[in-house]
Amino acid sequence: MSKFKKKTDGGIPAISTASLPDIVFMLLFFFMVATVMRENSLKIKNALPVANQVEKLDKKNPVSYIYMGKPSAGYEKFGTESRIQLNDQFAELSEVGAFISAERAALREELIPFLTVALKVDREANMGIVSDVKQELRKVNALKINYTTGVGDAMTNMN
Amino acid sequence: MAKRSAPEVNAGSMADIAFLLLIFFLVTTTIEKDSGINRKLPPIEETEEDVIIKQKNIFTVLLNGKDQLLVEDELMEIKDLRAAAVEFLDNNGDKSCTYCNGAKDPSSSDNPDKAIISLKNERETSYAAYISVQNELVAAYNVLRNKRALELGSQQGFLDMDFVQMQKNFKDARFVGNKTKLKEVIDQIKLEYPQKLSEVQ
Repeated sequence: MSKFKKKTDGGIPAISTASLPDIVFMLLFFFMVATVMRENSLKIKNALPVANQVEKLDKKNPVSYIYMGKPSAGYEKFGTESRIQLNDQFAELSEVGAFISAERAALREELIPFLTVALKVDREANMGIVSDVKQELRKVNALKINYTTGVGDAMTNMN
Repeated sequence: MAKRSAPEVNAGSMADIAFLLLIFFLVTTTIEKDSGINRKLPPIEETEEDVIIKQKNIFTVLLNGKDQLLVEDELMEIKDLRAAAVEFLDNNGDKSCTYCNGAKDPSSSDNPDKAIISLKNERETSYAAYISVQNELVAAYNVLRNKRALELGSQQGFLDMDFVQMQKNFKDARFVGNKTKLKEVIDQIKLEYPQKLSEVQ
C-alpha cells in the first residue's frame, strides 16, 4: 500500500481554474446580450401559437402589449375564463381604450400614428375575447396590430 | 536599481463575481418573441355605404366554434387552404391580368385586384386555429408575390430574390444595392397582388 501512497505524495497537479472566469464571462456576455428585461410580469397563461409567415415586429416604432389568456396558477380567483392583462394587472374590456390613450400620452406626438399594438394571446383563448379587444381598438383608432407568434409550423397549433 | 516585480493580483474571486452577474442575468432573461403577423384593422366609418361586390369575387372562409373550416361552403382541411386561396386569387376570370397564371375560370374571381378573401370566425373559435388560418392566407399572398418577385426581379436586376427576401433586404441596413429601386419593385408587387382580407364581425 505504501508503495502507492508514495506516488500520490508526489502530488497530482491541481487542475487549473484560471480559465474558469473566461468561460463564465463568455456565458455572462451571451445572457447580457440576449436579455430583454421583463416589462410586465404575467398573471396569465401565455403560450403563443406559432406561424411561419411572420414579420419582425419593428422595434423602432412604439409598441404596446395586450396580453390575453387564462389566469395562471395562483390567480384562480379571477376565474377560469380568458382574461385581459394590461401592464401588470387584470383589466376589463372597457379599460382597453383608456390604456391605449395612456400609452399614446407617453409618446412623442410624431410617433403616435406609428403605435403598434401587439396582441399576445394564449393559444387556448377563444376568438370572442380577441374580437372584443379588436373592436375596442378600432373605437380608439389604434389600427396597427400584430398577432405575436412564435416561429414554427402553423399546422402544429391545433394539436 | 533593483527591479521589484509587481505583486500579482489575486484573480481567484473573479469567477465568483462573474458567477454572480451570470446568475442575475440568467434569472432576468426572457428571450422575448418579437415576431408576428401584422394586420391593419379597418377604421370605423360613420357612413354606412354598401359597396356591391360580386359574389364570385369573394372567397369566404368560415371557421366555426369547433375549429372546423368551411371554405366556399365546403369543408376543408387547413393544409389545403393555401392552395385553394392561391387558385382563387390568381384566377384572372376577366383576363385583364397579364401576369397571372390562373385557370381563367369565369365563375371565380375577376382579377387579383378585385378578389377579396372574407374571413369569418365565431366567438368559440380557438385562437390557435385562427392564427393557423391567418397564416395560411398570408402564405397564399406570399406565394403569388414571391412568384411575381422572381419574374420582376430578374428584369430589374434583383436576381433570385423572392418577395419575402426583398422585404428583408429592404429593411437590412447592410444590403448593398439600389434600395429606391427595390422599394419600387416591392410597391409594384404589392399593387399587383393587393392583400384584401376582410374580417366579418
